[in-house]
Amino acid sequence: MTNQSKSLVIAGALATALSGIAGMAHAQENEKCFGVALAGQNDCAAGEGTTCAGTSKVDYQGNAWTLVPAGTCETMELPAGMEGMERKGSLTALDRDLPKA
Amino acid sequence: MSQTLFAQALLNPDAALPPGLVDPEGLPAPKRFSVYRNNVASSLTRALEAGFPTVRALVGDPFFAAMALIFLRAHPPRSRMLMLYGDEFPAFLAGFPPVAHLGYLPDVARLELAMRESYHAADSTPLPEAEFQRLLGAEIAGLRLRLAPAVRLLRSNWPVVSIWATHHEDGPKPRPVAEDALILRPDFDPHPHRLPTGGADLVDGLLSGRTLGESLDKAGPGMDLAAILGLLISGRAIIGVSE
Repeated sequence: MTNQSKSLVIAGALATALSGIAGMAHAQENEKCFGVALAGQNDCAAGEGTTCAGTSKVDYQGNAWTLVPAGTCETMELPAGMEGMERKGSLTALDRDLPKA
Repeated sequence: MSQTLFAQALLNPDAALPPGLVDPEGLPAPKRFSVYRNNVASSLTRALEAGFPTVRALVGDPFFAAMALIFLRAHPPRSRMLMLYGDEFPAFLAGFPPVAHLGYLPDVARLELAMRESYHAADSTPLPEAEFQRLLGAEIAGLRLRLAPAVRLLRSNWPVVSIWATHHEDGPKPRPVAEDALILRPDFDPHPHRLPTGGADLVDGLLSGRTLGESLDKAGPGMDLAAILGLLISGRAIIGVSE
């Protein structure tokens, strides 16, 4: 494809994109708001979770690994044919791989 | 007492308490150190929970907390700023046997890390719409687009965007397909978008400073260029254009 015909292709796509956007532009303007940063990224960690009752003994110990990941991941299908994931992903496939309780 | 000893004992619960710690009366104060050690682990765990909410939802709270503790002891912060703490977490997950069967987990963590980077990236001003109209008549294939600093691209063999959407937007159950993610931050909150086939190659070309024509070649035929340009423009991700 020559650069000229490429330009035509790109301009056509850009025109399509712009017409699709025209209707939704300026739907919403936001303002900058200080002092509301996501939690955890700059958290002094006072308060919840930092009780002074603790010693290192109250931390989760290594034996927590007898726990099985218990979340929504188990309801998800997995891509097949991935490395170490030959079978079709499914709840039953996951069950086979769970660490022994 | 040396700073090294103190730091080692801080991250290793089996290490002996550093000698020489005393309370205001001059008496040994091992309990005070334990409290501090616990708070360090707690605050870093909170930071990881805040930074990787989808990973946490996938493995469950108790599992995540236990895993976070192992991670933070092996990978304490290298910067004073917690905002990007956990950049080593995806690689850690990839080598952590208890989650080896969750092959998608490292990429989900990469997506969440990229979104955090996007959140903290510099602000930028998008190209005005009139400028785009002007481009229609130009030799557009030879032009280079400058993308916003908040733009992030993540290629994945897993349905990372769908997994994210399932947890944050009540999206449908993820299907077993590979998804490349484009993270855009039109205002102040980053959002991941699923790129159509070839889209990652095109965006990668643009991010590396190639012309639109070269990037188009890289992406190959059959790509929905209008959809990707629409995504970039509506996501206010195109901030400049040059020869």
